[in-house]
Amino acid sequence: MAKNDLQGALDLLIMKSLAQLGSMHGYGIAAHIEHVSDELLSVEEGSLYPALHRIEQIGWIRAEWAVTEASRRAKFYSLTATGRKQLAEREKNWEQVMKGIQAVLRFA
Amino acid sequence: MGIFRRVQALGKREQLNSEIDEEMRDHMQRRIDANIAKGMSRRDAEREARLRFGNPTVMKERVNAEDAAVGVDSLWRDIRYALRGFAKNPGFTAIAITTLALGIGANTAVFQLVDAVRLRSLPIQHPEELTELRIAGGNHGMGISNDAYSSLTIPMWQEIRRHHDPFSGIFAWRPSSVMIGKPSDQRQFPAIEVSGEFFNVLGVTPWQGRLIEPQDEAATCGPLSKAVVSYSFWKSQMAAQTITSDTTIMAEGNSIQVLGVTPPSFFGLAVGDRFDIVYPTCNPSHPRAEIFVFSVMGRLKPGWNLARASEYLASISPGLFESAVPAGYSAETTKDFKSFRLAAYAGGAGVSNLRHTYNSSLQLLLAITGLVLLIACANLANLMLARATTRQREMAIRMALGASRRRLLRQMLIESNLLAFCGAALGVALSQPLSRVLVASLTTSQGSIHLSIVTDWRVLLFAASVAVLTCIVFGTIPAMRGTKVDPNTSLKSGERGIAGSRERFSVQRVMVITQIAVSMVLLVGALLFVRSYRNLITLDPGMRVQGITAGFFAFRNLNIKPENEAEFKRQLIEEVRSVPGVENAASTNNTPLGGSTWSHEIHVDTHDGPSRFTYASPTYFATMNIPLLTGRNFTDGDTNSAPLVLIVNQSFIRHFLGNTQPVGQLVHVMPEPQYPERTFQIIGTIPDTKYSDLRLDPEPIAYVPAAQLPIDAQMPGTALMIASSGGAATIDAVRRTIAAKHPQINMRFFDFRQGIEDSLVGERMMAMLSGLFGLLAAILVAVGLFGVLSYLIAQRRNEIGIRIALGASRTGVIGLIMRDSAVMLCIGVFIGCALALFAGRAASTMLFGLKAYDPTTIGFAIGLLAVIAVAASWLPARKASRLDPVAALRCD
Repeated sequence: MAKNDLQGALDLLIMKSLAQLGSMHGYGIAAHIEHVSDELLSVEEGSLYPALHRIEQIGWIRAEWAVTEASRRAKFYSLTATGRKQLAEREKNWEQVMKGIQAVLRFA
Repeated sequence: MGIFRRVQALGKREQLNSEIDEEMRDHMQRRIDANIAKGMSRRDAEREARLRFGNPTVMKERVNAEDAAVGVDSLWRDIRYALRGFAKNPGFTAIAITTLALGIGANTAVFQLVDAVRLRSLPIQHPEELTELRIAGGNHGMGISNDAYSSLTIPMWQEIRRHHDPFSGIFAWRPSSVMIGKPSDQRQFPAIEVSGEFFNVLGVTPWQGRLIEPQDEAATCGPLSKAVVSYSFWKSQMAAQTITSDTTIMAEGNSIQVLGVTPPSFFGLAVGDRFDIVYPTCNPSHPRAEIFVFSVMGRLKPGWNLARASEYLASISPGLFESAVPAGYSAETTKDFKSFRLAAYAGGAGVSNLRHTYNSSLQLLLAITGLVLLIACANLANLMLARATTRQREMAIRMALGASRRRLLRQMLIESNLLAFCGAALGVALSQPLSRVLVASLTTSQGSIHLSIVTDWRVLLFAASVAVLTCIVFGTIPAMRGTKVDPNTSLKSGERGIAGSRERFSVQRVMVITQIAVSMVLLVGALLFVRSYRNLITLDPGMRVQGITAGFFAFRNLNIKPENEAEFKRQLIEEVRSVPGVENAASTNNTPLGGSTWSHEIHVDTHDGPSRFTYASPTYFATMNIPLLTGRNFTDGDTNSAPLVLIVNQSFIRHFLGNTQPVGQLVHVMPEPQYPERTFQIIGTIPDTKYSDLRLDPEPIAYVPAAQLPIDAQMPGTALMIASSGGAATIDAVRRTIAAKHPQINMRFFDFRQGIEDSLVGERMMAMLSGLFGLLAAILVAVGLFGVLSYLIAQRRNEIGIRIALGASRTGVIGLIMRDSAVMLCIGVFIGCALALFAGRAASTMLFGLKAYDPTTIGFAIGLLAVIAVAASWLPARKASRLDPVAALRCD
């Protein structure tokens, strides 16, 4: 039985993006998700930032202020070691959930 | 981890806020840049970015909320906000906190007593190992028991001392008293007689000097020679002087050595008692086998538990009781005695007859104070509801600005939590003096109860749980209701809300009905206890109680031969009777209504059974105003050399003789140690009188002339009942006359009537306290009803204004309001009656002379509540009827 629910999806997307990007600011994460998903998924700011701050509180990602191109200060997020472990677990979990959902949808 | 970060972030709020701002700004800028890159104009790009982003304040709130899901910081802000609210409303705050403090304080005070009497362990090392050894099921009234704690005889103790495998150490003790001071100026002090191992087994360490050791126990019995004193005695009577090997005090007429001082916390083993002197016991060469003297306790060895120890004790019991059986019993009684079984009981909390005496009283008091608190909570809940309504606008504005309902709920719950916390803190502080008042109310002329009232973790835990419970009761509903506002309607209709919201009114009605029902229970309880106490105090025990003094005369030091004692006692009575002011005097071996009993097994014709026995002088019936119904009284000629005679009461006749003519019948008294089998003839009859306890029905009593007490059973002392109308002055004259003639007699007097009232001190406490709490409940109900009606009328101003404008008469409006409260009263009283009948069953064993379902009492309580309800509704109703319709309608 796959624990966890669909609500964890955003967390999963954020963490996976950070795994792929290494270190990125909020806007970049949102843009990355939209781009990679071929505009199928759009992340609203209203959900993104609360989620980022929540995951940071838990300790799965860490945030750092850094100066970027055009000498602008931005808050960059990156995965922590526990975050990496958590991500692997969640990915496995997510596949289970998807399988379960597919099974339900295909049930005739 | 998370919590730690939050605490760290505390006070860095501003920095956090600006960081979030900056992050959002950065995000917005990146969006605008991206939009421009897509080819939008700058204005469109900005507009699109803002639209996408939404309300920045709401966004910041939401991010913030993540940072402070259990955020200490926002909690602190809410608390400060609540405190500001309280400061703005000092009247409300004061009423709420005072009500809670009194309610929680009263509950905690009663619980503190329960804790002190029942729950707390003795202040000794490893109290959980301490074990009490008793005969399982008690001694069936055999032999003579010295006091409530004496469960074993000296021969039994000597046997146990030889076989105590489960125990690393074992000791015997008994409460006692010692006369301290010069013979001319002696005072009695409470004492404990202990076997040598007492302090070693308990693990009590001396405050000064040393405590009693096994070698201090005297091999033979002589006068007292050494003792240990209590800390308070050492301070008050010995000026806290350093204990040396030649420190002495005067005790029982001799100078005795003081070995040391016990620590201040040690009060002995009987909870509620205290001691000043501890002295070692001695080993009499021929101990009396039928007198139960000692309480025996031991410390369990590691690896043993109560069950195993009891098994061991049961296995040694046959041999033990075989060797400890007293001579002189009938074969059957001897067999019963030998079948006793010893068992082990937990002793870590000490022993206490308070537990037995006041257990149900304390439980009932806890229930009563709990109910009072419930009423107070209902009042508070109503206050909070009213407050929530006036704050509707504030809530609506906050909601419209984006506050979530959860947030507002938390705010309101924090407010009630704060109130409960303040109330509990004050309540705990109040509980100390309240407990002391309670204990003091149980003090009698004969003695007081000494309990160390301390606020330990149990008391604190109790107060905290009560506070949490009250908070749930009075805080939750108003918070739920207060935050259930629809900003739209609420902002439109102003602070009064919508007049038609019946639901909100009904919650307050339910509260008032609950209050009426609960106070009905309390009032019925109060009336029952007050009437029960009155029944007892006005009861005619069948004998004179006014102007009677009981005197105890001990003349062991005179060394009178047993065969001369009867004659000496007769002379003593004459000497007392000749004192001016004394109307009459009589000796008795058992003072009535003092709780002690004296019985013999008897055999009459075909009937067997126990009867109470009293050995009294011929003057007894005249002294106590007990009339002789038939036959003759005792005379001075009724001695052991004359035929043995009895005077019996009506209950004795009913029980043993039926319709037979009593005078002339023969009564056989079964043998007992010191009391050989003898046959008496009934020579007279008297009416029924109460015997040991006012609360008990009359028992069969047989009176024997004092001079016919068996010579072996003679004791060097007697109780005299002295009738006089001169009061204390006459008793003083008696004391001086006897002291002048026999300086070696020890005397102690107490007023008979006072003694009876002392025995009712528990009932007096219940009557006083339940009455007090009943009154409090009534006041709370009046306040509650008044408040709710005033509030409802304020809510219905418009409606009442329209009614008056349309021609409703003043009396019609009054009737409208009065009907409203009449309905609440009826429902409340109905529920209250059912509850009272149910609760009354629990109290019925504590009532005397009336049943728990007493119609008069219930009727009276209903009447009282009706008066309260009418009084509380009258003012608001009159105010409503005087409403100026123009002003009321213009207001909106």
